[in-house]
Amino acid sequence: VRVIDSTEQLAEPTEHSRPSILRARRRLNQVPWLLALPAVCALFAFHFLPIGFGAYYAFTDWNGLAHAHWVGLANFREIARDANARGALWHTLELAACFVVAVNAIGLALALGLNRAVKSRHLLRSVFFAPVALSPLAIGFVWAWIFDYQGALNRVLAGAGLGSWRRAWLGDPRTALWSILVVMVWQFSGLAMVLYLAGLQAIPDELYEATLVDRAGTWLRLRRVVLPLLAPAMTVSVTITLIIGMRVFDQILALTDGGPVAATETLGTQIYKQTFYLGRFGYGAAFALILTALIAVLALTQLFFLRMNEQRL
Amino acid sequence: MGLSRYTRRTLVRELALVLVAVVYCLPFYLVVSIALETTAQTYRAPLSFPRPLHAGNFSTAWRTGGQAGLDHALLSSLIITVSSVVGLIVLGSLCAYTIARRSGRLAGGVYVLFVLGIILPFQLAIIPVYVGMRHLGLVGSYLGMIVLNVGLLMPLTVFLYTGFIRALPRDYEEAARVDGAGILLTFRRVVIPLLWPVTGTVAVLTGIIVWNEFFIALVFLAGSHAQTVPVALYSFVGGYAARWNLIFAGLAITIAPILAFYLFAQRHLIRGFSAGVKG
Repeated sequence: VRVIDSTEQLAEPTEHSRPSILRARRRLNQVPWLLALPAVCALFAFHFLPIGFGAYYAFTDWNGLAHAHWVGLANFREIARDANARGALWHTLELAACFVVAVNAIGLALALGLNRAVKSRHLLRSVFFAPVALSPLAIGFVWAWIFDYQGALNRVLAGAGLGSWRRAWLGDPRTALWSILVVMVWQFSGLAMVLYLAGLQAIPDELYEATLVDRAGTWLRLRRVVLPLLAPAMTVSVTITLIIGMRVFDQILALTDGGPVAATETLGTQIYKQTFYLGRFGYGAAFALILTALIAVLALTQLFFLRMNEQRL
Repeated sequence: MGLSRYTRRTLVRELALVLVAVVYCLPFYLVVSIALETTAQTYRAPLSFPRPLHAGNFSTAWRTGGQAGLDHALLSSLIITVSSVVGLIVLGSLCAYTIARRSGRLAGGVYVLFVLGIILPFQLAIIPVYVGMRHLGLVGSYLGMIVLNVGLLMPLTVFLYTGFIRALPRDYEEAARVDGAGILLTFRRVVIPLLWPVTGTVAVLTGIIVWNEFFIALVFLAGSHAQTVPVALYSFVGGYAARWNLIFAGLAITIAPILAFYLFAQRHLIRGFSAGVKG
C-alpha cells in the first residue's frame, strides 16, 4: 500500500514557499514515533528479543536457574535419537497437514453451500462458527467423554448394530491421534467457512450472473470463476489454520495428555513438559526452536506460493 | 435476480445443511443433558434427556472448581481479560496511527515486523520471558499476566488497527491540525471516534483469545490465586476423574457466558478473523 504524504495536498506550492520550508512543515505535521514507542517496545520485549534468547538457549543445557552451558547440537541430537521426541515432531506435522486439508475442504464446502439462496443461512453460519469462540480445552473435555469407552460414540455404534466397532478411541494408539484431529476439525471448520464467505462476498454479483447467463455448469463455474477469485481467502485461511494446527496443545492436554504410550505427543506438549514440568529449559527450547522454524518456513513459503498463484490467476 | 431463485435443488441443499448443523450441535446437547444428570443416570442412559432434572451438579461444580471455586476463576479471567484488552487498545491504536500516517520506509518496515510477530509462535519466546518474569516476581500475578497478554497480542492489534486507519480519509485530522490542535488532541477528539468499529473488532477478538488462553495461563498461573477459567477447569477435571456429570456442569458454567457473548459479538469476531482476506 502506497502511503500518500498528508502535507503534499495540504501545502500548495506558492511562489514564496521554498522546498526547505515545505520539508520543515511536513516534518512538523508528521505523527511522532514517540506514540508508537510502547507498542514497538512490547514487540521487541515479548517477541523478537526472547525469540533470540530462546534460540540461544536451544543450544545449551540450561535448567532455568543456573548458568547455561553451550552444548552445541546435543539437544537436537537427542531429539533425533529419542523415538518419542521424533514421534512428537512427526505427529505435529501429520496433525497439522490433515487439519489444514480437512478444515479448508469442509469450510469451503460450507461456505459455498451457505453463500446464497439458502433461507436459514445466517442462523446456520452462526451455528458452525460458534465453536471457534469457545475454549479448545473445554471442547476437548466434552469430546473426551464422547470418545470414552462408556461414552456417546460407542453407545451410538452399539445402537446402530456396529457394536464390534466399539473401542477406547483415546486409549488406543492407533485411533488416539485421529480422534484429536476430529475434535480440532469440528472446532475450526467454521473459521475456514467464515474466511471463505468473506472471500465470496467480495465477488461482484455481475460476474456471478454472467456465468449463469453463459449457462456454465456448476462445476465449471466453480472451477473457472469462483475458486480463482477465492485465492486470497484461501491464502489467509491456510495460513491461519496451519498456525493453529502446528501449535496444537490444549486439545491434547484435555483428551490424552500425550498418551497412550506417547502416541499423541506433539511439539507443543513436549515444549510444555520438558521445560516447565521437567525443568529442562534448554531441551524444551530446542523443541520450541524447531516449532518456530517450521511455522516460519511453512507459513512464509505457502504465503509466497499462494500469493504467486493469486497473481497468475 | 437469477442468483437467489429458490429452486428444488436449493431446498435439498438447505435440508442437508440443516441436518449437518443438527449433528454439529450434538456436543452442546450432551453438555446440557449430562450436566443435569445424577451419576447413576450418566452410566445407565447418557444420551437421553434426563428426567427428573438434577441441578445439584452446578452448585458442586461452582464451589469446587479450581483453587477457590469457579466464581473466583471467572473473576480472575474477567480482570485479566478486560485489563489486557484495554491496554492493547490504547497502545495498539497509538502505534498503528503512527505507522499508518507516517510516510517512508521505516513505517513500512515496522509494519512488516508486527505482521511477522503474528506468524511466529509464542512457544519459543515464552521460555526466556517466563524466567525473566519469575525474576521480577510477576509469575502467578494479575499484573504479570496482563503485561504478558498485552505484549503477546500487540502484533495482532496493530495489524487490525493499521489496516483500518490506512483506509480512513485524512481530511478531518488535517482540518484539526490546521486549526491548531496538537497531535494528541487530534488523536483523542478526531481519530478515536472514527476508530469505534475496529476497536470493537479488536476488543472481541483479543478478548476471546485472552479468555481462552491455556498454555500460557497454565505455565504462569497454575496453583496461584490468579488462575483463570481454563486452568481452574483443568485442575477441576483432574480432581473429578470420570464424574462426568460434575465435569459437564463445570463446562456448562464456563461455556455459557462465552456463547452468550458470542451471540451479540460474532460480527466483530468474523471481521477480526477475515481482516486479512481484504488486506
